[in-house]
Amino acid sequence: MDILEDILQKEAKKSEKYKTTDVEKNVELELDLGNLLALDTNDLNLQELKSHKEKYLLNLARDNTQLLLNKLWDLPSERREDIVVAKLPAGTLRLPREKPCPKPKPLTKWQEYALEKGIKKKKKTNAVWDDIVQKWIPRFGYKKAELERQKDWVLEVPGNADPMEDQFAKKAEKKKEKVSKNEFQRLRNIAKAKKIKVPKEGLPSVANPSSDLLNTAAKVARVSTASLGKFQPKLPKEKTLKENVIAPKRVKRDHSKISSIDEKSSHLKIIDSILGKKPKLDIEKAVNRQVFQEQHERSEEKKTQKSKGGKKRRKTSIPSKARKGGKISKPRVGKVNTKKGKGGVGGGRKRR
Amino acid sequence: MKILSDERTKSVFEKLAKFIGGNIKLLIDRPDGKYCFREHKDRVYYMSQAILDLALSCNKEQLICAGTCFGKFTKTNKFRLHITALNYLAPYAQYKIWLKPSAEQQFLYGHHVLKSGMGRITENTPKNQGVVIFSMNDMPLGFGTSAKATADCKHADPIAIVCFNQGDIGEYIRNEDTLI
Repeated sequence: MDILEDILQKEAKKSEKYKTTDVEKNVELELDLGNLLALDTNDLNLQELKSHKEKYLLNLARDNTQLLLNKLWDLPSERREDIVVAKLPAGTLRLPREKPCPKPKPLTKWQEYALEKGIKKKKKTNAVWDDIVQKWIPRFGYKKAELERQKDWVLEVPGNADPMEDQFAKKAEKKKEKVSKNEFQRLRNIAKAKKIKVPKEGLPSVANPSSDLLNTAAKVARVSTASLGKFQPKLPKEKTLKENVIAPKRVKRDHSKISSIDEKSSHLKIIDSILGKKPKLDIEKAVNRQVFQEQHERSEEKKTQKSKGGKKRRKTSIPSKARKGGKISKPRVGKVNTKKGKGGVGGGRKRR
Repeated sequence: MKILSDERTKSVFEKLAKFIGGNIKLLIDRPDGKYCFREHKDRVYYMSQAILDLALSCNKEQLICAGTCFGKFTKTNKFRLHITALNYLAPYAQYKIWLKPSAEQQFLYGHHVLKSGMGRITENTPKNQGVVIFSMNDMPLGFGTSAKATADCKHADPIAIVCFNQGDIGEYIRNEDTLI
């Protein structure tokens, strides 16, 4: 009996140490065995949670893990090399993807244009009926090229063409041009998609260049000196460039770095250069000045004569009204005004 | 708020020099504090350092204007004065034209100044010179370019244009929306 009790006690101790595998829940857990996932929708015991948070959460996690493992043991299992192995079913929960969604491919220039214009691609048949050879021939590919070679054994010389010109060479050249153009556009599309800046390499040589092209050519030529065109003299009607063609590095000036004293001194320097400009000889101005001076002298003379002559001269020369102001330019303005009426007199008088 | 490039500063000062000549120095070298020119959306503003500091704390896109707008750069990179600059042009103006009271309204509607409307003109005004236009009681009304020199004015007939209108205070009403 002693032994039996001993054993029972030991067992009881053991069971105290290990918790039961049976866990009861009000609402059953949502289990996703494929992902080894358990979702507990039961309410939390708020009191417990507040009083001893860590312990409560730890217990809750253990219970839920126990439930998950219980379900795992229910799965059909087998023994492989002393290890019990169970095969998990497929997961039911849809996990979000690991990587971000791929971005849509950037459109090529033609695709953009087609989209804008609403042009849709039409499905074409692979083969086309050829009347000459009475056969179905592929639109492109080796069979087509071979046949083309057979068909074009002779080429017509157009009426206005140079008879000595090699029409075959011309055709081959045309084809080559087309292929290289296509290749160029393909590369351009790739560069555009990857946002690579393609350096400008000169300008295309065109038979009749447009004014735009000539302008850019002039601009390029202008900045193509060692000093990037800094010391290049300007043409009289040359348009000022807003930005350089070769686009030298733009220096952003920082407000905090430029002191107000520096700014002021640089401004004063600019002002001095503007004000210190030697005036050009303006013939019109010079003539005007001369005319003015002469008038001035003449009127001065008249004035002095008037004061010398006294009352006698007054009658004959100047109407009394105009004399009142006694300013230099009076007599002339007075004359004009007598023609046009009284209104102008006031203006003439006040003029300096 | 950008600092004007040297080229642009030059064109601004050249324009201002047409009206106020050497007095530009007084705009920059002021005894009452530091003042400066700044560019914002192709418009040139004149402001004190204190206002500049406030404006710099503002987002560039949301800033409408700061200080006094002096004018703007056209698409062809030429500087054009706005009527808002009149406050600074008038006191320093070198050449002036005074209008008769009867001609004031015509001028404020954006018309050029005819000889019949001119009351007085500064002596020795050359042709194509920037002039500030005043009413007879010395109130600044606008600015323009002289179409005739003073000496020529005397011989001109009354309907001849004496001064081309470049800006008048009527613009505050006419161009209210574009004037900043």
